Amino acid sequence: MLPNLFFGYFAIVMVVLSLLIITRRNPVHSVLWMLVLFFHIAGLYLFLNAEFLAAVQVILYAGAILVLFLFVIMMLNLKEEITAERFIGEWPIGVALGISIIMLVYFALSKFIQGPVGQYTIEAINKETHTKTIGRVLYTEYLFPFEIASLILLIAIVGAIVLAKKRG
Amino acid sequence: MNIAETILFTGSSNWILNIVFIIIKIAVVIGVTMLHVMYATYFERKVIGHMQIRLGPMRVGFHGVLQPLADMLKLFFKEDIIPADADKPVFKIAPIIPVFATLSSLAVIPFFEGFVIAKINIGLLYLFAMSSLGAYGVVMAGWASNSKYSFLGGLRSSAQVISYEVAMGLSLVGVMIMAGSLNLSEIVKAQQQYWYGMYLIPQFIAYFVFVVAAFAETNRTPFDLPEAESELVAGYFVEYSGMRFALYYAAEYIGMIIMSSIAVICFWGGWTLPPVIANTIPALAVVPGIIWFLGKVYFHIFLYYWVRATVPRYRYDKLMALGWKVLIPLALANIVVTSIVKYMS
Repeated sequence: MLPNLFFGYFAIVMVVLSLLIITRRNPVHSVLWMLVLFFHIAGLYLFLNAEFLAAVQVILYAGAILVLFLFVIMMLNLKEEITAERFIGEWPIGVALGISIIMLVYFALSKFIQGPVGQYTIEAINKETHTKTIGRVLYTEYLFPFEIASLILLIAIVGAIVLAKKRG
Repeated sequence: MNIAETILFTGSSNWILNIVFIIIKIAVVIGVTMLHVMYATYFERKVIGHMQIRLGPMRVGFHGVLQPLADMLKLFFKEDIIPADADKPVFKIAPIIPVFATLSSLAVIPFFEGFVIAKINIGLLYLFAMSSLGAYGVVMAGWASNSKYSFLGGLRSSAQVISYEVAMGLSLVGVMIMAGSLNLSEIVKAQQQYWYGMYLIPQFIAYFVFVVAAFAETNRTPFDLPEAESELVAGYFVEYSGMRFALYYAAEYIGMIIMSSIAVICFWGGWTLPPVIANTIPALAVVPGIIWFLGKVYFHIFLYYWVRATVPRYRYDKLMALGWKVLIPLALANIVVTSIVKYMS
């Protein structure tokens, strides 16, 4: 009963927050609703016993990436942004796209088959703490994808520096 | 078993009693902290006054001891002014965020053996998460006030806090590696295996990086560029008055207490004494751990005042250069050395 109540709260609030984010005219307000949304995502992770992911969600997304978003948005000329006409007025196309995506999700979910219970059950994770488990899996089983991801990030950093550097 | 069930159904079978007990703990911790905040402002003025050969507050009560009460009453009854063109909801919410973030950080700090409101495995990460939220209060205030001074202060702060957060996080990785845990109580206990009982000695580089980053995170001199009275008037909170202004002030001081507590827990052995002292003078065992903890925290808070009275404000580009070109490489080098030493032994 209680887990369902918690999940229901998070699911409903997250959907409402997502709608608020995309319907605000003022982009700063959108970002602030997004901050609340990130907290709910972190809460959902906690609810799934993924305490490390929850902390990282707040530190990286809420604490760093979103602040940078805010940093950029605050530099925009908001007075124009708020009064500007919307770019796309094609409501029928949007509604049709939305409905087809919902149908796609529905058909995908209706074929859902629960997989077998793996090695990392909740009890096993609780025994050696979530942080340790995720660290071990990341640096042994998934070392190669992990290194590829870090390489991609490194290329992005180098690219940003090259773009920002003054020429000549 | 998930978190909600853990909170409600473990420990004593009577979960109502459990919740009441937790609420009492929270009330005590917040009450004591707020008292510390009040007197931290008083001691700051006294300490800096004496360092500058003045007396500091003298009028209210004996040597001005009632000054914080008078200040609080004044701020409480002051008119709350909101600028006409401000973004009102954001303007009103902004000061609450840093107070909320710093006060909730108190939940995971072990003040003495066995006393901690929430004993969680990721204590240190939780503290990072909460301290990274503090930036929102500053950025939102800067933007919502609709004033150039506030806005500049907000921009400076967001860049500064993000940069120094990286250095601060990396500086504590050495401690995490040595202790093998993110749980703050276990970090304290892990330090007892050395005769000197603290990570301050093997991790002195990390400690240096941490202290400098902590000054920047709490926006204290020499890194108080978001406020910068002489150029930005008061930076991000220039439009705030009365109770909302007081909330920013309170958040800054609670932040100082939190940062000092992290330094004490991760580098100074928390509530414990170094085993070499505890073994030579066994009589010290009767002194409760909270005394040692608070003593060490007070020293760090004094350090904040000391530096404020000594060092002038940094220039902004120098501040960024220090963070990215000195502190982060130092912290990274410390991680590499610590890992190698841990791997070898």
